[in-house]
Amino acid sequence: MTEPTVLVVDDEVPIRRTLRTVLETHGYRVLEAATAADALRRLGAERPDLVLLDLGLPDRDGIEVLRELRAWSAVPVVILSARGDEAAKVKALDLGADDYVIKPFGTGELLARLRTALRHRAQSAPEPVFESENLRIDAAARTATVNGQAVKLSRREWDVLRVLVMDAGKVLTHRQILLKVWGPAQEEQTQYLWVYIGHLRDKLEPDPARPRYILTEPGIGYRLVRAEEG
Amino acid sequence: MQDEDARPAPEALLAEAAAERRGKLKVFLGAAPGVGKTYAMLEAGHARRRDGVDVVVGVVETHGRRETLAQLADLEVVARRQVDYRGRMMDEMDLDAVLARRPQLVLVDELAHTNVPGSRHPKRYQDVQELIAAGIDVYTTVNIQHLESLNDIIAQITRIRVRETLPDSVLEKADQIELVDLTPEDLLKRLREGKVYLGDQASRAVRHFFSPGNLTALRELALRQAAARVDDQMVHYMRAHAIAGPWPVGERLMVCVGPSPSSARLIRAAARIAERLHARWFAVHIETPGSERMDDAARDRLAETLRLAEQLGAEALSLPGTDAAEALVAAAAERNVTRIVIGQSQRSRWKALISASPVSRLLRIAGPIEIHVLPDLEASEKPAAPKPRERRAIDPRPYAWSALMVAGVTGAAHLASGVSENSNSILSLVFIAAVIAAALNFGLLPSLATAVLATLAFNFFFMPPLYRFTVADPANIVTLFVFLGVAVLLSGLAARSRLLAETARKREAAASALYSFARKLAGVRALDDLLWAVVYQLAMMLKVKVVILLPDETGSLTIRSGYPPDDHLTEAERAAAQWSWDHGRPAGKGADTLPGAERLFLPLQTASGPVAVIGIEGEESGRALSADMRRLVDALCDQAAVAIERVALVDELDEASVKAQSEHLRSLLFASISHDLRTPLASILAAATTLRRDHDKLEPLVRDELLATVEEEGERLNRFVGNLLDMTRLEAGVLELKRDWTSMADVVGTAFRRAGQILRHHKVAIDIEPGLPPLRLDHALIEQVLINLLDNARKYSPEGSLITVAVTRAGDFVETAVTDQGSGIPEGERDLVFDKFYRARAGDRQVAGTGLGLAICKGFVEAHGGRIEALAGPGGVGTRLCFALPIEPLAEAPADD
Repeated sequence: MTEPTVLVVDDEVPIRRTLRTVLETHGYRVLEAATAADALRRLGAERPDLVLLDLGLPDRDGIEVLRELRAWSAVPVVILSARGDEAAKVKALDLGADDYVIKPFGTGELLARLRTALRHRAQSAPEPVFESENLRIDAAARTATVNGQAVKLSRREWDVLRVLVMDAGKVLTHRQILLKVWGPAQEEQTQYLWVYIGHLRDKLEPDPARPRYILTEPGIGYRLVRAEEG
Repeated sequence: MQDEDARPAPEALLAEAAAERRGKLKVFLGAAPGVGKTYAMLEAGHARRRDGVDVVVGVVETHGRRETLAQLADLEVVARRQVDYRGRMMDEMDLDAVLARRPQLVLVDELAHTNVPGSRHPKRYQDVQELIAAGIDVYTTVNIQHLESLNDIIAQITRIRVRETLPDSVLEKADQIELVDLTPEDLLKRLREGKVYLGDQASRAVRHFFSPGNLTALRELALRQAAARVDDQMVHYMRAHAIAGPWPVGERLMVCVGPSPSSARLIRAAARIAERLHARWFAVHIETPGSERMDDAARDRLAETLRLAEQLGAEALSLPGTDAAEALVAAAAERNVTRIVIGQSQRSRWKALISASPVSRLLRIAGPIEIHVLPDLEASEKPAAPKPRERRAIDPRPYAWSALMVAGVTGAAHLASGVSENSNSILSLVFIAAVIAAALNFGLLPSLATAVLATLAFNFFFMPPLYRFTVADPANIVTLFVFLGVAVLLSGLAARSRLLAETARKREAAASALYSFARKLAGVRALDDLLWAVVYQLAMMLKVKVVILLPDETGSLTIRSGYPPDDHLTEAERAAAQWSWDHGRPAGKGADTLPGAERLFLPLQTASGPVAVIGIEGEESGRALSADMRRLVDALCDQAAVAIERVALVDELDEASVKAQSEHLRSLLFASISHDLRTPLASILAAATTLRRDHDKLEPLVRDELLATVEEEGERLNRFVGNLLDMTRLEAGVLELKRDWTSMADVVGTAFRRAGQILRHHKVAIDIEPGLPPLRLDHALIEQVLINLLDNARKYSPEGSLITVAVTRAGDFVETAVTDQGSGIPEGERDLVFDKFYRARAGDRQVAGTGLGLAICKGFVEAHGGRIEALAGPGGVGTRLCFALPIEPLAEAPADD
């Protein structure tokens, strides 16, 4: 397998330099862009496998870069952004970004996000099976077992769980889940979602109060992870 | 972190402030026994206790009064000490017991009391001083006659010398004086009802003490003492806050003025002398019986003169007295005046011949007081032509009554003369009685008429030959003339005493009007309330419509308050008001300037200039106000001006102190930020440079340690910057809640996922009540609240100790409590921890952090309609920081399946 190419879009030289060092150490080829215009040009010309996009660029808003890019490319995009900017992150995710990393970030977290994003693009069809520790979920067969014991789930619970399993490892916004489960009419009704996430945790998590698999992304949505990765 | 010590330490300042704490002394001052000081003190004590203050009674003399006993009933009383003195058991306050009991406030009656010989201190006020030094507040009572400096004068007035005296300094050092005031009438009523304890003194002396005259005098002394005290407090405050102004130092000056037009110059001259000496000064007018005959113009001039004196900083007084020189010296002695300033008046030659001038009399009796005699500055100018005396229409009624009385007396005498033949001496006495009655009731002229009428009647009806105005016996002629002489003399005397009584009554009425006005204004703190009080009081007292105008931000006068409320000004009125403000003189209706306006505008001014203008609209259509009313209005205006200036001054001081505080806060902020940013940066840079330069020389273990430092310090920096940003968002008011349905359990989960690392050196227990309802909240913000609380718990508790997070339901709230086992927060400071830059006193170790964390928690929780508080941990160990968020009803979830 050839080494994947990552385009790092950030106007700060130290950040680009650090990211280049980290990524190259872990077997990525790195391209750099400091402005939105530069980024779009290199995207068209060099077709990277993944984009690390900072939302604060000197010439244009990162969100706009994303919007333009999504018009013609399905390349995985991971957003770099600061805490306290949840609205922008949700917007980016709803516009088709694959994930986000909060600045400042740890290297381990960054690499995990990149791996997840690349894996999803690599798969021709989403993997309906999720396995971690003693939990096994098969969304296609609608079976879930904890410690080998079958767990009974309602239809809606299955609907929610299936959405999570299909994009396991990736953050899903409230809106994205609601849209897929209940349809466009209910997309603001986060309390429904909260209720079903609660049910799922009660049935699947060893300690529902401190979930290991179904994680809350504050202000954004939920993410299903393997305990080994969370 | 090596620069910890160099930073300003708020906790050190706090400690210093605490060490300085002395108790405060409040004195309830009364004019005489029985005015209700003890009752007032107990009432105040009760009020403080209701406020949660620990109050005990050190000693209270109830004298068996029921109301006092009832007041005492539910206060804690420290048992008194029994002292054996020459075989008699005496009660004294148990000073040691009170000190041991350590209340916040102790009530001690009768400050001037002398302790039984053998006590620790000879005087009770010394006990009180010890209590204050121990940091205990004291409320106490004292009567004015116990004051040392007033002892002599009160002995003169009342003819009772008070043995138990109190140094003036004790009263001067009191933090607060409350005057317990009762009118002499009410006090005498209480005395008659047996409600006043008189002790075992000889009752005749006591009765004399309680004469209305004495009580009025004592009351005046008490009022003055309290009023002077108010000024002293102001001076002290101004000085403490470095406000420029004149300070009295020893010298005191008194200037004597009359209605003469030259008095104004005299006042200015005295003001200059007083200023040069930095002396407190008084302007005095001695109201002799003669001054009652002053015409209105003279009265106005006198009032004007006294007001001028007040504006120049004097205390203006108007005192009654029959002899000007004596009254002046007495007034001066009473006020410890060191110099008297008087003007040398032009006297006619014959007057100078028959009596010594007041000046030479003054020089003779002044004793140690220096007398400055200023030449009559107006002498060279031609005095204005004396105004024709205002012709008062003669009221015929007193004369008719007098004639009737003489007729009645004649009838009675006629009957009496039937009884005894030679009874002229008795008859003459009967007629004299009529003359005195007329003098007392109607004044001088009617009584003189009565005297003449009585003489004629006496002659006509009783002297042979009867029923003729001729007199046969020469001896009877002598009788008749002696009778006439005596009658005239007596009518003069009686009329004069009537005048004195009348003067006193008017002064009493005016004084009590002024006093009640001042008292109503005294308690008002806010400017708008004060302005309302001024217009309301003026309107009520004078039965007129009043508005008050103050300059607005642009400097133009606008109506700020009115009674009845009114905000309309015509152009003419606006002009009159502005003129009055600019020139410091009345304008508008009834004044010399712009008399076309509907209202009369009077400036309110103090020594430092105009503060407001009031507009008065009288009921009658002619002159706006009578001359008498004008004088009262002027006096009231002066009081109002002082009150307004005082409030404005207090506002200014408040502003200044807020400014100083924010300066202080800003410097704390800079100190704090620079520390909190630089410390982690310093560690990171040090570690990084070492790694770069000495990489190969470093042991792998050391390298790891340095790298761990970089990581940890980086995280710390990140937390701090996050806090700064959160605080900025809160302060800027741009905090927008992004509320979603979630549960506290979920928030606890994400908080630990994000920040669990910071608790790696502590034991953590999480206890979440099952079945809690969901909450609609901004998950990220509440997560930050919890993280800040955890970070706080970590900082203030030893490593390895337990930190508990408990989530429970409390009514309509979900409550989350973070409890640590650290050193805890002192009770008084628990509310402060949520203030910006507050940091709990560092015990044996310094703790890093800005003190922003908890302030942010408070901001975020309150933005959610929740509340946050700091409590002691269970069993008083550690701290329990706990926040509660409101539960909202959850919309029905859509049906499943």
